Amino acid sequence: MSDKKHPSRSLLQEPIYVVNVGLEGFARDLENHGTPVLHVDWSPPARGDARLANLLSKLGG
Amino acid sequence: METIEQANAKALKRLLDGDPVLIDVQPAGELLTDIGERTILHAGPPIGWSRMCGPMRGAIAGIAVFEGWAETLEKANRLSEEGNYCFRPNHDFDAVGPMTGITTISQPVMVVENRTTGNRAYCTINEGLGKVMRFGGNDEEVLERLRWLRDVLGPAMGTALRQSDGIPLKPLIARGLTMGDEMHQRNVACSGLLLRALAPELARVMSDRAALAQALTFIAGNDQFFLNVAMAMGKAIMDPVRNIEGSTIVTAMSRNGTDFGIRVSGTGDQWFTAPVEMPEGLYFPGFSADDANPDMGDSTIVETIGLGGFAMAAAPAVAGFVGAGAASEAAFFTRSMGEITIGENPEWTIPALDYQGVPTGIDIRLVVGSGITPTINTGIAHKEPGQGQVGAGVVKAPLDCFDAALKGIANRLGVA
Repeated sequence: MSDKKHPSRSLLQEPIYVVNVGLEGFARDLENHGTPVLHVDWSPPARGDARLANLLSKLGG
Repeated sequence: METIEQANAKALKRLLDGDPVLIDVQPAGELLTDIGERTILHAGPPIGWSRMCGPMRGAIAGIAVFEGWAETLEKANRLSEEGNYCFRPNHDFDAVGPMTGITTISQPVMVVENRTTGNRAYCTINEGLGKVMRFGGNDEEVLERLRWLRDVLGPAMGTALRQSDGIPLKPLIARGLTMGDEMHQRNVACSGLLLRALAPELARVMSDRAALAQALTFIAGNDQFFLNVAMAMGKAIMDPVRNIEGSTIVTAMSRNGTDFGIRVSGTGDQWFTAPVEMPEGLYFPGFSADDANPDMGDSTIVETIGLGGFAMAAAPAVAGFVGAGAASEAAFFTRSMGEITIGENPEWTIPALDYQGVPTGIDIRLVVGSGITPTINTGIAHKEPGQGQVGAGVVKAPLDCFDAALKGIANRLGVA
């Protein structure tokens, strides 16, 4: 089978570009190893508090 | 019933339609309904003597001596402990006050009228920098300045303003934003613009040239003179936004040095409170974070209308002054506040953001959902009574207020 059919086989043979969503620590670790990272500052709605998230959905938030 | 979006659109329209004009200065006792002898108004949500912080207690002792309700600071403290004074929030009297926010009957208050809705709001005259009552100062120098404000500057400003058509504030703010002010920790431009409007009127009504020179020198020497005008303006703009059923827009944010409180349009005058946070900032030589009192003052009303920390991009110089980072980072704060507001003010724009309007109309749903809380530019008071200002910084409104407010409005709307 060729790498064209299975692109994951060539993934680590080329420069890696990373988009990190959420925990910034993962982005920092990669940056410390010289890998460019675009970090997206994201967290679950209402910081993961299920009751507040439920209220938000009822209030259209 | 209106949807929340419709209610919030109505709230934003009322906010943006406000037309604040500085029209008068009069003793608080003449204007504030039901304020009486031995009533002391303070900043923030309601609080009793036992929970008050040091600078608040210091200012209360000082004002009790100023009003003749106690002979000494020590006696004033004892009378406070024994319950001889009535402590009430400024917000209950259509008023606001910076830092300790102390307001009593004989202090002159500036009057801002919202000409769209006809309501009025009040704030004392800014005392200047250094050791002043708003930072808990209470010695003879502080009291002597208050007497001069009461006996000379206040009456002169009142007469001058009543003989004029008043000073429209919306265009003045618009100019100030283009001149580097954010109207909380930087009021250099607006203080100058106000002086330019006020000086000829003062000259017409003050026949005593020495007193006129002293008045003009006092205003010209105080870069924060406009802050108290901006606060009364904020209150005059926001009060008509209260009590819109279903609206999740914040109508007031305020701190008493112990608690941070917010009010939300759809829940009327109910306060939602949480412990106030410590500002992070820069300290004057000889002081450090160990000397600092937690955040306080009604001045957060300016953030509620999209100024202060929300307009940081207009005032890169203030980012350095309050220790918020490099001047080039000031825009970050304004953009971030755009995440928790429902609109922009097309009349108050920021040149550095290609004339984008200041982010306006804080929606508690956006705060709770994103976890981003309002950024507030603030002065820092010494934690001990009588010491005064020790620095300036940035503080975040505590999330717990907004969580509680969300539950409050959900209860009110029957969806909890």
